[in-house]
Amino acid sequence: MSTQEVSSDVTLELITLTIDGFEITVPKGTLVIRAAEKLGIQIPRFCDHPLLDPVGACRQCLVDIEINGRKFPKPQASCTIPVETGMVVNTQLTSSVADKAQKGIMEFLLVNHPLDCPVCDKGGECPLQNQAMSNGNGESRFDGYKRTFEKPINISAQVLLDRERCILCARCTRFSEEIAGDPFITLNERGALQQVGIYEEKPFDSYFSGNTVQICPVGALTGASYRFRARPFDLVSTPSACEHCASGCDMRTDVRRGKTLRRLAGDDAQVNEEWNCDKGRWAFKYATASDRIKTPMVRGSDGQLHEASWPEALATAAAGLSVSRAAVLVGGRATVEDAYGYSKFARVVLNTNDIDFRARVHTDEERDFLGSAIVGVQVNYSAIDRADHLVLIGFEPEDESPIVFLRAFKQVRKRRLKVTTIAPFTSRGSNKLNAEVVKSVAGNEAQLIAKISGLTSKSVILVGERLCESSGALSATLALSQSSGAKLAWIPRRAGERGALEVGAIGTLLPGGRPVNNASARVDMQSAWGVKSLPENIGRTTSEIIEGLHNGDIDSLLVGGVDPLDISSDAIAGLEKAFVVSLEMRHSAITEIANVVLPIAAVVEKSGSFLDWEGRARAFESAVDVPDLRSDVRILSIIADQMGKPINLPTVAAAAKEFLALGNWDGARAPFTPTSATLISGDTILASWRLLLDAGSLQDGETNLANTAHPSVAVISTDRAEKLGIKTGDSVRVFNERGAITLPCEIKDIENNSVWIPRNSHTSKTIATLGVASGASVSVVKA
Amino acid sequence: MPFTNEDATVIESIISRYPRKRSAIMPLLHFAQARDGYVTNESIETIAQKLDLETAEVNAVASFYTQYKRQPVGEYHVGVCINTLCAVMGGDAIYEGLKEHLGIENNCATKDGKVSLERIECNAACDYAPVVMANWEFYDNQTVQSAKDLVDSMRNGNPLAPTRGPNKLPTWRENSAVLAGISDGRFSEGVSAGEPSLLGLKLSKEGK
Amino acid sequence: MSKLMPVLSAHWDEKDSFTFAGYKRNGGYKALEKALAMEPDAVIQSVKDSGLRGRGGAGFPTGMKWSFIPQGDNKEHYFVVNADESEPGTCKDTPLLMANPHVLIEGIIIGSYAIRANYAFIYIRGEVAHVIRRMQQAIEDAYKAGLLGKNILGTGFDLELVLHVGAGAYICGEETALLDSLEGFRGQPRLRPPFPAIAGLYARPTIVNNVETVASVPSIIEHGPEWFAAIGTEKSKGYTLYSLSGHVNNAGQFEAPLGITLREILELAGGIRDGHKLKFWTPGGSSTPLFTDAHLDTPLDYEGVSNAGSMLGTKALQIFDETTCIVRAVLRWTEFYKHESCGKCTPCREGTWWLVQILKDLEHGKGTPEDLDKLLDLCDNIMGRSFCALADGAASPIISSIQYFKDEYLQHLTTGGCPFDDEASTKFVTSNVGGVK
Repeated sequence: MSTQEVSSDVTLELITLTIDGFEITVPKGTLVIRAAEKLGIQIPRFCDHPLLDPVGACRQCLVDIEINGRKFPKPQASCTIPVETGMVVNTQLTSSVADKAQKGIMEFLLVNHPLDCPVCDKGGECPLQNQAMSNGNGESRFDGYKRTFEKPINISAQVLLDRERCILCARCTRFSEEIAGDPFITLNERGALQQVGIYEEKPFDSYFSGNTVQICPVGALTGASYRFRARPFDLVSTPSACEHCASGCDMRTDVRRGKTLRRLAGDDAQVNEEWNCDKGRWAFKYATASDRIKTPMVRGSDGQLHEASWPEALATAAAGLSVSRAAVLVGGRATVEDAYGYSKFARVVLNTNDIDFRARVHTDEERDFLGSAIVGVQVNYSAIDRADHLVLIGFEPEDESPIVFLRAFKQVRKRRLKVTTIAPFTSRGSNKLNAEVVKSVAGNEAQLIAKISGLTSKSVILVGERLCESSGALSATLALSQSSGAKLAWIPRRAGERGALEVGAIGTLLPGGRPVNNASARVDMQSAWGVKSLPENIGRTTSEIIEGLHNGDIDSLLVGGVDPLDISSDAIAGLEKAFVVSLEMRHSAITEIANVVLPIAAVVEKSGSFLDWEGRARAFESAVDVPDLRSDVRILSIIADQMGKPINLPTVAAAAKEFLALGNWDGARAPFTPTSATLISGDTILASWRLLLDAGSLQDGETNLANTAHPSVAVISTDRAEKLGIKTGDSVRVFNERGAITLPCEIKDIENNSVWIPRNSHTSKTIATLGVASGASVSVVKA
Repeated sequence: MPFTNEDATVIESIISRYPRKRSAIMPLLHFAQARDGYVTNESIETIAQKLDLETAEVNAVASFYTQYKRQPVGEYHVGVCINTLCAVMGGDAIYEGLKEHLGIENNCATKDGKVSLERIECNAACDYAPVVMANWEFYDNQTVQSAKDLVDSMRNGNPLAPTRGPNKLPTWRENSAVLAGISDGRFSEGVSAGEPSLLGLKLSKEGK
Repeated sequence: MSKLMPVLSAHWDEKDSFTFAGYKRNGGYKALEKALAMEPDAVIQSVKDSGLRGRGGAGFPTGMKWSFIPQGDNKEHYFVVNADESEPGTCKDTPLLMANPHVLIEGIIIGSYAIRANYAFIYIRGEVAHVIRRMQQAIEDAYKAGLLGKNILGTGFDLELVLHVGAGAYICGEETALLDSLEGFRGQPRLRPPFPAIAGLYARPTIVNNVETVASVPSIIEHGPEWFAAIGTEKSKGYTLYSLSGHVNNAGQFEAPLGITLREILELAGGIRDGHKLKFWTPGGSSTPLFTDAHLDTPLDYEGVSNAGSMLGTKALQIFDETTCIVRAVLRWTEFYKHESCGKCTPCREGTWWLVQILKDLEHGKGTPEDLDKLLDLCDNIMGRSFCALADGAASPIISSIQYFKDEYLQHLTTGGCPFDDEASTKFVTSNVGGVK
């Protein structure tokens, strides 16, 4: 036996065995079926999945095994047997017993499987179909009657089940329990009547349900949006990345004749393994929504937007931006390349640091925290895998970064990873993570953070972007990380924020984390960009820019993909006064008031990359070619040319190359000045976050998905419920002087002076309705 | 029917038998049948809540075991053993006879709700074949006629007593409580053992 | 000298044999006192020395199983009794527990003490209400007598005993399915390894023993392992319960030393019912390959039955005379396995579904002689390919019946249906018919 060092703290014992006459050496614990894969020997299988616990149920992978000359009396399931030294394995290729056993099992599997391949969505990419051909008899001897079921049944609004196709491998039920922690689907009944199902009153509304469709080895589970739409061999697949959040999922986009028909989770062991969330999988129809903008538009003297030619629109934009004091709002969804384009455009063309990617509630404390502790720093998913303690602050992973949730849940399940969360109440996600919940009232997080103890250099602290809403909390977190040595990562919600931070789409930083107020950092960039000088003052934040528009300090605005209601309820008023150039996909509140609207490509229509929360690049190619729709950076480059101050970024690739060549700043970071906490008090303090499935505009057009959203409820304490004389399910009205939101209530372990509601659900939009997101006083009454 | 405080006390006592509470799911399902005669959705939801499980998980367990019924059964649930030995010895004839006599199919109940019928597998009384079970009490050495007499007595409200069991046949719900581990104090009724059980002992005493 | 040897059944004919008082009167719980005075390892050694083997079917040496429990591991250990008696033909544990539940409790306390378990369970099938009543009461009485609970008989040994009632699933007789069921899951078998002795109930070291096995332990402790080892045959030690049922003049329980033959038991039972002759029988339940009259003198011990091509199993001797149609009998057993298949693995779930259809056709005279080859080939694809032994059991009656009665299968095809008169095989047949229509 030999050993191989794979890293400083792990040594793997290696085991040598023989499979079909070939010797192979693999780490101890490897299953026979995987050792065979390494030799290129494909043993047929159905229930086996490398990310699920071995179960040995389908029996398709039977092989002959002997150990040190002693033969197992019967063939063994290679998906459940770990390798041993001296093991001799004979698969179907070299053992007639194994071959007959496998063919026998295949024949049994087909006994009750319908011959409906011609109308089955899985046909053409079906493991059963494929392996029946490669490892089956070709002809069945079965001429009896098959099991039939009513078909299909909706196990959720999005997932349909054709039970007669199911071969009961239990991948879906095991996924739901082992990976998602949502055992909403189970094997029911028994024997030949065993079937997958839900409890009749509770649909399969797991955020991760789509993965079961993907790993189903037959056509038993299908997604409503793809069912009967296409044949796999008519699809062109393009590797892509998910634009919905900062988890960084690897994806695959399948297109037929220019139309995206489905998206699947890609395979990236470092990031999303083989999973994704239902939003990433199914929310892609926004790109083909009827309000999609495909032609440039210019506001005419009649005050109306008119379609215009590209040259006219670009010229109008260039002219408007040239004569004025301009600022830039990037939005959180730009690719790295596009955000780099905005960043460079602001500095080189507009000669300003007035740029901010934070189209949401934000603070100066956050900006300084990002520049000091986050930009340029990588903390990876693998840190969660190795963590001795995971601390979540202002961050609800299942809603706000689902793959982070899956990775944490995996560690909780496999090795009981200790999780602590500072949150207003025990959410379902916290329950699944078996987390210790340190209950907060929105705004008082800083003092709770200061009390966390016992962290080590193997601990990991994950803060959500909304923690900035609690004054002093980020400062306290940074202090905690520094004093304990715990790793600290910031998890924004949107896919573009981390990239935008790195490219300097913020008033304090130039690309690569270079502080704008550092002369040598500016010199770096001046030489890279070939300009004589760069502005050295700290740029305005998003809210300062809006204020500047309000009071006339800024006259024009370049804005890409921003919903003003994500920022504040009155942001739009400021924008109305300015000359606005809007780079947008769809009609929005901004295009309503913009002077020039320039259509841009959606993610599936362009190439580019995102940086996920780790800081890891997630590059993707264009999956759908739409003539005339370009990535933002290409448009910015043309406007810059027209304004006589070229930024020389004619392609996405050029932008990527230029940014990469800059490298990270290795000089001093701006010193961080902690913000002190302000104590929040009041009878009823509002807390909120965005549910994964809500009224987000990128989810538009997919009603099946929307119907699986978790219900929007107002979470109140038992005490409050008693005082109001209500029980779970009764309606409450949450209101302030700006407006009111009425929701059914749910009674939970929330503090008595706290109320939680969803931030952006169809029935609960806090900023639009109440003008606040969290930490503010509201009132709650029985509705 | 809502769960009462008394129900909650029983549920807690059942859960407390076990080192881990999920183990209580089976007795709780028996208890649910003692309460309502079958496993109602309300019971599934209550058990899920008490055991910190998803309703789907409780449903999955309930549907695995044949004694848990998701539809009401009769006050007297009659099982005819149709496994090979009993079937051959007369179980098939008894089942057909009862089916015709009651005018119901397998797993159905008479309209008056008194009697339901089920084909059951070997009930561990083969030396008493053919065997009929009523509410899981033994009726040994049955004939078609004796079985008809039995169901008639049930429908008349005065069921014949089991061969080896309590002096009076408990109802389905009463016996479901016994299966849930709630004593009815009737353990001492009935014989220690039936004749076939004693055959070897008797012969041995006779020196054979 | 009598060929019989009532030990467990010795007092079943007493009116109060199932009560605590009745059990005590006949010397009950004396073995417990003796065992508690021994070192736990010495108890295990005694059971080893006695040669006791599992009475639930597999015949694994009990003492050796107990010794597999890791000691000093700072984990809870569990002692679980398999009282899910459901194998067709098997009817020994049920009368035992109805008439003498305390002998099981005594065995459990001794066994738990030996393996250092402080929690024990009896998993009893749910379809035997009166047995459950008596078992439950016996446990309560044992608690009252200080034989269960804290500090048993002042020895410092603690034991909780819970009666867990099943709900209708043959598969829960498979020990890992039983454990899953006891944990509150669907009763489907688990992957092995790990074996229950290492990771059983709640993933803790666990012993799962059959009722009769555990009930035999007090006699071993009381009389000594040598006494037990002197009974029976060379490798099959001790006495056991044989359950005779079917076409015999007197069915019933026969407790006798291992190694007795069916011929001897039939003689005691007054033979095959009058006017008829033995056609086929099961030595140990429907999962054990069938025997015929050629096996009347096969010693009914583990080796004897095994050498003759079957298994001792649960010693459930189901006797069928010449009025019984082999196809009907085998079809019915196959339907049983189909009904009881847990559904987890393909060959059992789909195989039994298919077998039933072929056998049904054959019973009705439909099919071809080649269907018998197909049946055998399907059985070959099931045997040893499934997740647990249930499906092996399903194949056994089919394979062995075709081995012995192929002509009768073929006869169904030539006559275009079943040539037998079902009524002739019933217990309450009135006319003295010969059996064949």
